[in-house]
Amino acid sequence: MTGEKVVAAIVGTGNIGSDLMAKLRRSDHVDLRYVVGIDPSSDGLARARREGLEASSGGVAWLLDREELPGLVFEATSARAHLANAPLYKESGIQAIDLTPAAIGPYVVPAVNLPDELDAPNLNLITCGGQATIPIVAAISVVTPVSYAEIVASIASRSAGPGTRANIDEFTKTTAHGLERVGGAARGKAIIILNPAEPPLVMRDTVFCALEEGADRAAVTESIVEMVDRVRRFVPGYRLKADPQFDDPRPEWDGHQRVGVFLEVEGRADYLPSYAGNLDIMTAAAAWVGEELALARLGAVR
Amino acid sequence: MTEHAATGAAPVRITDSTLRDGSHAMAHRFSVDQVRATVAALDGAGVPVLEVTHGDGLGGSSFNYGFSAVAELDLVAVAAGTAERARIAVLMLPGLGTVEDLRRAASAGASIARIATHCTEADIAIQHFGLARSMGLETVGFLMLSHMLDPDGLARQARIMVDAGAQCVYVVDSAGALVLEEVTDRVSALVAEIGSEGEVGFHGHNNLGLGVANSVLAYRAGARQIDGATCSLGAGSGNSATELLTAVFDRLGVPTGIELSKVLAAADEVVRPFMEREPVADRNAIIMGHAGVYSSFLLHAERAGRRYDVPTHEVLAEAGRRRYVGGQEDMLIDIAIELSTRDSPARAGSPATGGER
Repeated sequence: MTGEKVVAAIVGTGNIGSDLMAKLRRSDHVDLRYVVGIDPSSDGLARARREGLEASSGGVAWLLDREELPGLVFEATSARAHLANAPLYKESGIQAIDLTPAAIGPYVVPAVNLPDELDAPNLNLITCGGQATIPIVAAISVVTPVSYAEIVASIASRSAGPGTRANIDEFTKTTAHGLERVGGAARGKAIIILNPAEPPLVMRDTVFCALEEGADRAAVTESIVEMVDRVRRFVPGYRLKADPQFDDPRPEWDGHQRVGVFLEVEGRADYLPSYAGNLDIMTAAAAWVGEELALARLGAVR
Repeated sequence: MTEHAATGAAPVRITDSTLRDGSHAMAHRFSVDQVRATVAALDGAGVPVLEVTHGDGLGGSSFNYGFSAVAELDLVAVAAGTAERARIAVLMLPGLGTVEDLRRAASAGASIARIATHCTEADIAIQHFGLARSMGLETVGFLMLSHMLDPDGLARQARIMVDAGAQCVYVVDSAGALVLEEVTDRVSALVAEIGSEGEVGFHGHNNLGLGVANSVLAYRAGARQIDGATCSLGAGSGNSATELLTAVFDRLGVPTGIELSKVLAAADEVVRPFMEREPVADRNAIIMGHAGVYSSFLLHAERAGRRYDVPTHEVLAEAGRRRYVGGQEDMLIDIAIELSTRDSPARAGSPATGGER
């Protein structure tokens, strides 16, 4: 036993797995010990070995054969692989943090609802656009009802991998559900735009929410600013591009006023370049969740 | 119907996009009556395909692009119920619309799915082409902002669409930025790459005044589907006018199947009377064409310009410099805030927190 740390594994050695590896290596409470892939020649496995981690291309079977099983597993494979792996983790009592779109467990945004889900056997991190925007919707909906939340995520083409491209509907649907379930909006809508400009654009997210005519703008702004500060503790490149913008009610908005929040998410460039804030915010959220789950397991009091 | 048996020229299929691209110019406020009257007139004139959707495609009704006055699927159903000969097309942009939207549009009576991506991102539409074909829809691929990619690159993207199930791929000049031979070169490249498996089309805008001329060159390079909009009602300074395309192709001896006198009547007696603005090549439009800015940005840039008291043309020019693509309407607000802050740092928009770079 590692004393004050919880043993963890990463399954999946692509961009996300490799970036997460860099983040978990800095963790105070997560002892990243195993890195698992399926491709013996993957750069991620080579990198893990160089870092002194136990790495194998033997898949989940290898992981479950370890003498000391991990307490936490971070799944950075694909939705299909996670659907197959999740029951195996559960049987072995390993808590899973899911970075794929498989959406088996409850939707989790660490800045918003992690304390409610600490005991869930499987926590799902929704989408990159969800991690960037749901905190803002949640911050607004604690102050005033949000009848409709809409987000636009603009990402650099180079940061959209084959998985995202092959099933872009998954992004829009899952993110929209997250805006409702975790953000607290009565109805959510998500839009994703890929921009191929060079040099690549840093991830941008816009959040629009429909608010009642009399909603307290100062209170909404204050809540948004507090939330941005909270997210920035784990995602330093997360920031407001401008103050929240309020537009007066219009007939075509059914008499609602609108708040617009303009966010930029710059990555830490742990493995991927800094423009790929969309990937960074997923791995940062995963590391954040891992930290809190480890603390809960270690019985630490915050 | 005009016959050109004597010339032997290959026919061209005109798709009229008044009720889709024109939705931008109408701020997405089309009424049931306007749609019914437009479809009846154009169908009666023999226009073979009519596109009916929110300007930004299925699911476009939103804060970012503008809410539809009437749900687009209701308008599709009205159009399908009104047309006797014309087929109804819908546009969808993956990342905004979904396969469920396509299913619902087909149920409402659409029979052609036009699936659009930015010109470099064709692979995000693979699932949608597959689904559209499996539903028995005719498929058209739309490579938007085609001026941003060279002919060979564009042809490779068209190949991705055809392999995914597109039966035709359009060179879409969303910014009205292509000038003459630039259209010829792109259409020729697509014909060379996909010509044995599918058709090539061209969708023009008038921002540099070249919609119809570019369309003729596209036809001469092998395009067999051409988009128009009645009275040019479309984004920016509008599309190639359907009635002008009809007259010009008639003069060239190219069969369109459209009756000129009736399409002229549709333009003057049905569409023009309800238009809120006549698309013109004014400063804003010309800057869009010159800087290569997505035409749909026009009304949004005007609104942001008014809201933050900055010149619309400066917002548009900056959007061109930053190479924003279709769908990034939210960035126009961003630009307007920045410009207003530059002009007067005390005004709204200065980042009060977290804004340090």
